[in-house]
Amino acid sequence: MFESIDLALVNWSRAQFALTAMYHWIFVPLTLGLGFIIAFMETIYVRTGNPEWKRITKFWMKLFGINFAIGVATGIILEFEFGTNWSNYSWFVGDIFGAPLAIEGIMAFFMESTFIAVMFFGWGKVSKRFHLTATWLTAIGANLSAVWILVANAWMQDPVGMRFNPDTARNEMVNFWDVFLSPSAVSKFLHTSTSGFVLAAVFVVGVSAWYLLKKREIAFAKKSMIVASAFGILSSIMLIGSGDSSAKTVATAQPMKLAAMEGLYEGTTNAPLIGMALITDAQDKPLTRESQAEFAMKIEIPSALSFLAYGDFDAFVPGVKDLVLGNEEHGIMSYKEKIKRGYEAQQTLMAYKKAQKEKSPEFAALKAKFNDDTWMDNYFKYFGYGAYYDDDPETLEANAFKMVPPISLTFYSFHIMVALGMWFLLLFMIILFLIYKDKLADNKVILWASVWTIPLVYIASQAGWIVAEVGRQPWVIQDLMTTSRAVSQIDTGSVMITFWLFAITFTSLLIAEVKILTKQIKIGPKKEGGKQ
Amino acid sequence: MFGDLSHLALQHYWWFLVSLLGAILVFLMFVQGGQTLISTLGKTKDEKTILVNALGRKWEFTFTTLVTFGGAFFASFPLFYSTSFGGAYWVWMIILFAFVIQAIAYEFRNRPNNVYGPKTYETFLFINGLIGTIFIGTAVATFFTGSNFSVNELNQSKWDTPFHGLEAALNLHNLSLGLTVFFLARVLAILYFMNSVDHKEILERARKQLIINAIPFVVLFLTFTTWLLLRDGFAVDPGTKEVYMEPFKYFNNLIEMPLILIGFLAGVVLVLWGIISSYLKPSSKGIWFTGPGTIITVLMLLLIAGYNNTSFYPSVSNLQSSLTIENASSSHFTLTAMSYVSLMIPFVLAYIWYAWRAINVNKIDQEEIEKDDIHIY
Ligand code: HDD
Ligand code: HEM
Ligand code: HEM
Repeated sequence: MFESIDLALVNWSRAQFALTAMYHWIFVPLTLGLGFIIAFMETIYVRTGNPEWKRITKFWMKLFGINFAIGVATGIILEFEFGTNWSNYSWFVGDIFGAPLAIEGIMAFFMESTFIAVMFFGWGKVSKRFHLTATWLTAIGANLSAVWILVANAWMQDPVGMRFNPDTARNEMVNFWDVFLSPSAVSKFLHTSTSGFVLAAVFVVGVSAWYLLKKREIAFAKKSMIVASAFGILSSIMLIGSGDSSAKTVATAQPMKLAAMEGLYEGTTNAPLIGMALITDAQDKPLTRESQAEFAMKIEIPSALSFLAYGDFDAFVPGVKDLVLGNEEHGIMSYKEKIKRGYEAQQTLMAYKKAQKEKSPEFAALKAKFNDDTWMDNYFKYFGYGAYYDDDPETLEANAFKMVPPISLTFYSFHIMVALGMWFLLLFMIILFLIYKDKLADNKVILWASVWTIPLVYIASQAGWIVAEVGRQPWVIQDLMTTSRAVSQIDTGSVMITFWLFAITFTSLLIAEVKILTKQIKIGPKKEGGKQ
Repeated sequence: MFGDLSHLALQHYWWFLVSLLGAILVFLMFVQGGQTLISTLGKTKDEKTILVNALGRKWEFTFTTLVTFGGAFFASFPLFYSTSFGGAYWVWMIILFAFVIQAIAYEFRNRPNNVYGPKTYETFLFINGLIGTIFIGTAVATFFTGSNFSVNELNQSKWDTPFHGLEAALNLHNLSLGLTVFFLARVLAILYFMNSVDHKEILERARKQLIINAIPFVVLFLTFTTWLLLRDGFAVDPGTKEVYMEPFKYFNNLIEMPLILIGFLAGVVLVLWGIISSYLKPSSKGIWFTGPGTIITVLMLLLIAGYNNTSFYPSVSNLQSSLTIENASSSHFTLTAMSYVSLMIPFVLAYIWYAWRAINVNKIDQEEIEKDDIHIY
C-alpha cells in the first residue's frame, strides 16, 4: 500500500523540522515568561505610581519586542510545515490535529498581536489601567497559544479521543475533551510553559547581574532581580512537579521513551534513578538480544525511577529488551507480536479498499472488523508497527530492535535537563537570600554564575524537547504512524535546498537578534521619559 | 445547535468562513502593497519612517490572518492542506519565506547594531510586498484553473510535475490574478496612507500614485474576470460525485446563485467608487469603500469556487482526484466542534476594533514619530 520510502527524503525532512522547531524554541520560552514578568512589573508601577517601575517595565518590554518578532518569524514555517513536509501525516490525523492549530489562531494569536500593539503604541494614549490590562492579555495570549500547540503535540505522543474510519483512511475525532484534557496534554502544557517562566527568570536575573558587575543601574537591577527570582522560585517548583507528572505519563503512554531516557536495557523492580553517568553508545552497532548498557561511571538513587514513573518504589519498570522481546511475567507484549498484529491490520485495510472498489461480498465482513471494538483494540491499535513486518522471524526481530530510539542522546538530554533544573532553583534561592542580606552586589561569584546560567537555561530547554521528540522515534503518532510514513512525496533535493535556506536565514537572523539585544542591554534603560 | 446540521451544511458553513478569512487577508495585504511603495512615496528618512510606522502597526494582523487562514483550512478541509502544501511545495515555501523576512524587518530596521543595515530590512519589506501578493494571488487562481496532482484510495497525494507548483506561476491566467492582487494591494495601501498619515508631500505623491496603480489594477482585474467567466469550469455531479468539465461553469454559478452575483457587483462598485472618489476629491474616506468592497468581491469569487457543485481545488492531471468541499472536509464531529469555536470570531473582531480605535486616536505625522513615550520602528 505504501510506495517504497526514500530514507534520505525522510531524514532531510526530519532535519528540516528539527531545525525550524528548535530555532522557534529559542525564542518562544522567553516570550512565554518575560510576558508575565513585565506584567508583574507594570502592575507594581500602576499600584505605586513610582516612575522608576515604569522605566524598568519599558526596558524589559523593549527586549520582549525584539525577541517576539523573531519568534513570530520562525513560527509561521512550522504552521505550514505539517502540510509541506508531512502531508500524509496531515491527512491521517488532520481531523484531530488541525483543530488545535485553528483554535490557536482564532483564540490566541489575535489576542497576542492586538494587545501587543496596545502595549507598544498605547503609552499615553490609553488609560494606565487599560494599558496594564493589555500587557496582561499579551502574556496570557502567548500562553494560550502554547496550550493549543501543546495539546496537538501531546496528542501525537498519546493519541486518544479518536476512531479510525476506513472509508476516509484517517483517524477522526470522537471526543474533543479527551483530546484537550488528556493527562499527557495537561502535564505537557504545565511543564513546557513553566520551563518558559524559568528561562525568562534566569534571563532577567542574568542580565541584571551583569549590570551589578558593571556597577551600573544598581537599584534598577536589584528590583528586577527580586521580581524575577521570586517568580523563578515558584516556577521552578511547578516545573519540577510537572516534570514528575510528565514522567508518569511517559511511563504509561511511551514506555520505550522512558527506557531510553534512563538507558535501561533490562527491566527491574525497585529501579534506581541515575543521577549522572557516562554512557557509551551501544547503538553504534545494531541492537540485539545481547546488547547491554555500558556505563563508564554512574551515580544512582535507589528505587527512585520506579517512584518517578509509577509513584511506587516497588514498581516494575520495563527496559528496552522487555519491550522488544516481551515479558510474560509482567504482562508486556513484545514488539514482535505488535508488528505482526499491525501488519494484519494494514492488510485488512488494503483488503477493505480492494473489496470496496470491486464491490465484492467480503466487504461486509471487513467493514464489521473496523466496527468491532475488540478487533480495533487488539489489532488496529498496533497499525503503525506493521511497517516493520518481515516473514523471516530473525529479520523481524532485527527490525523490532530498529524501533528503539537513540538512547545516548535521549539519556544525556534528560539528565542534563533535570540536573540544571535543580541548579536553577538553587540559584534563585541564593539570590533572594543575598538580596535580603544586602550582600548580592559584592558577591562576584554568584553574579558571574547568574550571567553564565543564561546559556545553560537555553540548553536545558532545548534538551527537554530532544527528550520528548527524539525519545519518541520512530513514531510521529505513537503506535499508529512512523515518521517515514508521514512524509510528503517530494524530491529530496527540494527539501535539501529549503533546509539550507532556512539554516542560513535563521542563523543570520539569530546573529542580528543577539547583536541587537546585547546592544540594547549595553545601552541600558533610559532615563525616565527618554526615547525608547 | 451545530450538531444538528447536516454534514453538507457544515461544509458550506466552513467554506464560507475560510473564504471570508481569505477575503480579509486580501484586504489586509495593503500592508504588503504599502511596503512596495515606501521609497516611492517617502523620499527623506523621516518620510520613510512615517510610512514604515503607519504600516508597522498593522502588519501583525495580516500575518496573523494568514496563519489563521492556514490553521482554519487545515481543520476544516485537511485534504486541501495535505495535498496543496505538500504538493505545490515551492510556491508555498517561497510565500512563507517572504513572510519570515517580513516579521523581523519592522522591529530590527532602526535598531542600533542591527548587523545588515536599514537598507537590507527595507529590501526585505519590498520583497515581501512583491512576492507575497503575486504568489498568493497566483495560488488562489489555481482554485479555478486547476493543478497537477493525484490522490490515491488512501487519500495520500502526489504532485505530478517536478516543479512542485512553480508551473502554476507560469500560467498566464494565474499570473493575471497574481498581478491584480499586487496592484490592488498598492491601491489599498495608498488609500490607507491617505486615511492615516498626515504629511503634505506624502499625500501629494500618494494621489499621483493612486491613478498609476489603479489603471493596471482595473485592466488586470477585468482580464482575469472575463477569462474566468468564459472558461470551462470543474463541475461535480451531485449524484455520482464525478467531476467533469462544464462550459461557462463560473458564469453559471453566478447566475444560479443570484445573491452572490449581487454581492459581487456591489463589491466591484464599492472598490471602484473608493478609488475614483479619492482621486477626484482627495479625502481620507476612500479606504472605507475600497476595503469592504475588496472583502466582498473576493469572498464572492471564492464562494463560486466551492459552492454549487464545483470543485474548489481541481486537478488537471487526474480529474477525479479533484477536491470538493465534500470529499476534502473534516468529519461531522470536528466541523461541529470547530463551528462552536467559530462563535468566538465576532468577539475577536470586536476587541481588535476596540483596541485599534484606542491607539489610532491621532494620525501619524512628524510629531508622532518623535514622541518619547511610544515604540517607534
Ligand atoms: C509552548 C509554546 C509553543 C510551542 C511548542 C510552539 N509555539 Fe509557536 N509560538 C508560541 C508558542 C509556541 C508563542 C509564544 O505564542 C509565539 C512565539 C513568539 C510569538 O510571537 O508567539 C509563537 C509564534 C508562532 C507563530 C506566529 C504567530 C503570529 O502570527 O503571531 C506561528 C505560526 C506558530 N508559533 C506556530 C507554531 C507551530 C506550528 C508549532 C509546532 C510545531 C509551534 N508554533 C510551537
Ligand atoms: C518548539 C518546540 C519543539 C522542538 C524544539 C521540537 C523538536 C523536534 C526535534 C528535535 C525533532 C526531530 C526528531 C528526530 O527526527 O529525531 C522533531 C520532530 C518533529 N516534531 Fe517536534 N519539537 C517541538 C515542538 C513540536 C510540536 C509542538 C509538534 C506538534 C504539534 C511537533 C511535531 C513534530 C513532528 C511532526 C516532527 C517530525 C517527525 C519526526 O522527525 O519525528 N514538534 N521535533
Ligand atoms: C527538574 C526536573 C525535571 C524533570 C523531572 C523533567 C522531566 C521531563 C520529562 C519526563 C520530559 C518528557 C516529556 C515527554 O516526552 O512528553 C520533559 C520534557 C521537557 N522538559 Fe523537562 N524536566 C525537568 C526540568 C526541566 C527544565 C529545567 C527545563 C527547561 C528550563 C525543562 C524543559 C523541558 C521541555 C521544554 C520539554 C519538552 C516538552 C514536554 O515534553 O513537556 N525541563 N521534562
